[in-house]
Amino acid sequence: MIELEKISKIYQMGKIEVPALKEVSLKVQAGEMVALVGASGSGKSTLMNIMGFLDQPTSGKYFLEGEDVSQLNDNRLAEMRNRKIGFVFQSYNLLPRTAAVANVELPLIYGGASQKRKRALEALERVGLKARANHKPSELSGGEQQRVAIARALVNNPSLILADEPTGNLDTKAANEIIQIFCQLNRDGITIVMVTHEMDIAAQTKRIVRLLDGQIIEDKLTGAKTCEPPEPTRS
Amino acid sequence: MKIIESFFIALRSLNANKLRSSLTMLGVIIGVGSVITLMSVGRGAEASITSSITDMGTNLIYLSSKTPGVQGMMSMASPAYSFTMSDVQAIAERVPSVIAVAPTIENYVEVSTASDSTLGIVEATTPEFETALNYPTAEGQFITAKNVAAMDMVVVIGNKVAATLFGTDSAVGKKIKVNGRQFSVIGVLEKKGGQMMGVSTDSVVIMPITTYQSRLFPGRMVRGEDAIQQLTVQISNTNVADIVSADITTLLTQRHRITVEGKEDFQIMTQEQMLSAVKQVTLILTILLGSIAGISLIVGSIGIMNIMLVSVTERTREIGIRKAVGAKRKDILLQFLLEAAMLSLSGGIIGIIGGWSVSWLIAIVSKALGYSIPSAVSVGIVLLAIIVSVCIGLASGVYPAMRAARLNPIDALHYE
Repeated sequence: MIELEKISKIYQMGKIEVPALKEVSLKVQAGEMVALVGASGSGKSTLMNIMGFLDQPTSGKYFLEGEDVSQLNDNRLAEMRNRKIGFVFQSYNLLPRTAAVANVELPLIYGGASQKRKRALEALERVGLKARANHKPSELSGGEQQRVAIARALVNNPSLILADEPTGNLDTKAANEIIQIFCQLNRDGITIVMVTHEMDIAAQTKRIVRLLDGQIIEDKLTGAKTCEPPEPTRS
Repeated sequence: MKIIESFFIALRSLNANKLRSSLTMLGVIIGVGSVITLMSVGRGAEASITSSITDMGTNLIYLSSKTPGVQGMMSMASPAYSFTMSDVQAIAERVPSVIAVAPTIENYVEVSTASDSTLGIVEATTPEFETALNYPTAEGQFITAKNVAAMDMVVVIGNKVAATLFGTDSAVGKKIKVNGRQFSVIGVLEKKGGQMMGVSTDSVVIMPITTYQSRLFPGRMVRGEDAIQQLTVQISNTNVADIVSADITTLLTQRHRITVEGKEDFQIMTQEQMLSAVKQVTLILTILLGSIAGISLIVGSIGIMNIMLVSVTERTREIGIRKAVGAKRKDILLQFLLEAAMLSLSGGIIGIIGGWSVSWLIAIVSKALGYSIPSAVSVGIVLLAIIVSVCIGLASGVYPAMRAARLNPIDALHYE
């Protein structure tokens, strides 16, 4: 699914070069649920942004579903973001003064899809928020806003969802609900990569990748039971 | 993404910031409004002057006296008397295609009865004046050749003079005083409704030219005859105007013994030349007014650009979100361009309506004050205003829109 080869990212701060990632290589298989953990400044968010083409690596190669994305132009990257990837951010990043359902429709608009309203409502139903479709973000709780953001991420049936500290602004109860939604989506076959610094959240995923100073220092399977892989006999 | 989607996105975003959108539009509204108003008033004034010239009758050539060497506007101000009745006869008899020649002397006088008085324009002339300059009588009769020969103390008065002095009573047969001398009214003219140099054409007082020369203001002579100020020549056909004009010039140059070119004591103008002179003046006026209004349009467009730039900064995060969910550069560019275009287009449309109303008001007020400046909003002006306002929107939106489109998604998302 995701194949990163010696990805480096150097930020230019005036005259000083600050390396954020140092030749990171990582493979994520389709259907995995991975947590990227590490202290602030370890490079985990940078890595995730590169996975979602929100940021360009300074060097290294990136293959998504076998395609070399380092070669693609702006327009193609926008299309890839639109069709293959869904983003969930810590601060939700919903359009203010815009109804939940309109927020969810956004990727469909840029993807040129039909039946936008119907599909947006279906996505809201999957996160259990159909009843609040016409509420504006300011009228929703943090957990509800994040669920709208998840609905927006999955409305275009992406194969990959990237979540940057999705529970960072939420209380434990709301955080658990969000994680449960992610687990359900993962069981439905969507690959999920999640950045977090909360270990109990990370522990519910199947695989934890730990970063420190721009390098991967640990990559282990958790054997977690909450998010069990889909059983082949059931469908 | 379809353009219609961009249209709705832009519309929603403008709607979400109503106060800001309407304040931005105000600049364009005022700009377009004043362009429309001023252009329409300029054209209205032109139409008014043009119609007052054509109202005088068609197929005319005008001759006015001038002091040799005095040029331009000064020649209008200096009263010169260069023609005589022999000139009138010579032109009528010797120049082909001439139907009639009406000599006139024009003067402003006080016209009064025992109880009322008003300002009138004396037109001292001959019976030819009636048909050549199109002054039909509504009541009574026009001055006759006999009146002219006998130097009768008779006048034909304009509609407005009659109304001021006699109200609804018939003026025919009444006595009036012109410059202190008593005249009998033998006719009243039909209402014309035009104006010349700010005075209504219904304020005329027509009298035999001989009466004026010998009894009212005697003593002005040229080449041993009583002097005449102006001649109006009626010709058979507009097509021959230039030829007739040249013939008259040759004839008068001989008769007035003018040997040096440029020392003529008269000026000749066909109706067409007169119209084009007037149009030139009003065109300059319209351009002048239009450019003043254009300045406010430019100010308005700078306002739009300013707001769009602020809006790009303020909505950096929104741009980041849109890019994260798959918006391409051209989608963002289109959204901001459309926002700017819609702002200025709606401002333009409101401005057109406003400018139209104002010019309509000016038409009504000017009519009430006795002038006639009709509202002349044409499809051309409206189209021009719409095109200009959209172009302003696009031009002032292009730079902010490009800045928005070029934003790096991750920088935009992290913008606080």
